[in-house]
Amino acid sequence: MDKFLQLTITGLSMGMIYALVALGFVVIYKSSDVINFAQGEMLMFGAYLTFAFVVQFGLPWTIGVLLTLITAAFLGVLAETFVLRPLIGEPIISMIMATIGLSSVLRAIINAVWGPVPRQFPGFIPTDVIQIGGAAIGLDRLIAIGVALIFLVAFTLFFRYTREGIAMRAIADDQQAALSMGISIKRVFAIAWGIAGISAAVAGIILANIVGVSGDIGILGLRVFPVVILGGLDSIPGAIIGGIIIGLLEFYTGGYIGEGLNLIVPFIVLIVVLMVRPYGLFGKEIIERV
Amino acid sequence: MESGVFFTTYEADMALRRTPVQKIRLALFIVFVLVFPFFASPYWLNLANQIAIATIGAIGLNILVGYTGQISLGQGAFMAVGAYSAGLLTARMGLPFYLSIPIACLITALVGVVFGIPSLRLKGLYLAIATLAAQEIVEWTITHWPQLTGGTEALVIPSPMLFGVRLNTDFRFYWILLLAAGGTALFTANLFRTRVGRAFVAIRDQDIAAEVIGVNVFFYKLLAFATSSFFVGLAGALTAHYRTIISWERFTIETSILYLAMIIIGGLGTINGSFFGAAFMTLLPAMISNISRALRDVAPILATLLPAAQQGIFGAVIILFLVLEPEGLAKLWRNIKDYFYVWPFSY
Repeated sequence: MDKFLQLTITGLSMGMIYALVALGFVVIYKSSDVINFAQGEMLMFGAYLTFAFVVQFGLPWTIGVLLTLITAAFLGVLAETFVLRPLIGEPIISMIMATIGLSSVLRAIINAVWGPVPRQFPGFIPTDVIQIGGAAIGLDRLIAIGVALIFLVAFTLFFRYTREGIAMRAIADDQQAALSMGISIKRVFAIAWGIAGISAAVAGIILANIVGVSGDIGILGLRVFPVVILGGLDSIPGAIIGGIIIGLLEFYTGGYIGEGLNLIVPFIVLIVVLMVRPYGLFGKEIIERV
Repeated sequence: MESGVFFTTYEADMALRRTPVQKIRLALFIVFVLVFPFFASPYWLNLANQIAIATIGAIGLNILVGYTGQISLGQGAFMAVGAYSAGLLTARMGLPFYLSIPIACLITALVGVVFGIPSLRLKGLYLAIATLAAQEIVEWTITHWPQLTGGTEALVIPSPMLFGVRLNTDFRFYWILLLAAGGTALFTANLFRTRVGRAFVAIRDQDIAAEVIGVNVFFYKLLAFATSSFFVGLAGALTAHYRTIISWERFTIETSILYLAMIIIGGLGTINGSFFGAAFMTLLPAMISNISRALRDVAPILATLLPAAQQGIFGAVIILFLVLEPEGLAKLWRNIKDYFYVWPFSY
């Protein structure tokens, strides 16, 4: 039972990180039909930026994190303007390759500035271990769950109640109708990438606090695919619930069945979901038969 | 003054090389590749061999992505299947290399069909993600099944023998690769003049229309996966016998991305583009490291920046080609030819 609780809470914290990364993914896909293969690198960039601001420049962590979020949003907007915008209307493979090229460039910048050696993340999040009903849980894991929850709620409220959020949903629903209502698509795409940048950076900070800052954390960009497919590529609640399910699934298989298997189970789930229900749990169902 | 290329018979119109200039160019190219190894340094021979293998892999991927329109991120996995099949058949079962290669190709074609099954329901992005899962699953199987593949340990393969000659130098293996690459190019060029090839193109252009005019989309999609994987497997098998030592790290998602970059930069759905892209993406990192080595004494910092520079230029080249010349090097080559053909009225 203790093991179960332990696995549940660690799985939940990982799932929340997945949910944050998936959120950026879904926001981009929903508004512009682009799959962002650079999401993992954006996450890495966020972690390294915080490291630079807090450790290398010696800023207080609150300001460091704030600056990171601003820079990450700016970076997302830049990527949209210079890489994706010229490709509007091009075939899907061009879009995929463009974001892959972007990920390569981001990785190169990180490599050139910070080098390949893993870094110690500034410990402004307490890592004390507390006992919950017999299971030893790191406080940082609980804080990760809490922070991720706050951001996910904030983003959900943003989509529901703000002018920009409603504009984004309108674009996702019907681009032409939205255009004729005077919504600027360029602006909405830029905002989508900005949000993706912020959510990736938050996930990066939380993750780096748990595992340290290194090039390895970028792998999360690929590991998040099962999450978005399970939840549905165009569904924000789907991203959150998918993230939690995959996070829990990973830790349960790792804990009960065997180490190593946890790496592949999400991808098997991915194949099964694609075969049975390609639009995922909550995605919009588009039927086209050949 | 010519205004274009015209033919009066169907035979002339359907020929692979249609004009005297094309024939001369092809002859010159053949002479070049035949003479090249006798003058090239080992360094250049090694690069040429890498380009030959990459060309085969790129043509294979192009059959699937460029001609049939099915996006695949599983190239690395298929190459791994080819390489490990050929390697294990030779190293464990003692098959000669000329038998292990065709068997490895057939195994890869079969695996390609299995992972192609999702394409019957999925397309575009969803298919790309399904092939990404295939990549991860194959990679995981190789690293977690040590009884068969040796796991994360490298697999050592005895160097190939042919007619009592040990093919253990770049020079000797060059001829094998030349034959394989030439054969692949010729087969593919002819494939797209047949019913099968045209069915592939029809599926790419409009799958519903293809179905309506009587193309069996299910069958031809799987056939495209099989044909493509066959050649990708060939590239993998040749890698195994050329390197004589392989490990899973050679066939990760990075490889899939590299090959996609080759066909994007070379030109989707062209055979000479596959070659251009393979050559470009092989020579680019080599040239960057040459430049950095030449400048080592002037600016020592370049040596530490080398991996970052290669990675950054790789990404930047992909983005620049997509934005500036989406049809790739094959289109640039056509533009150059057109420029001289209609000179001085080159607009």
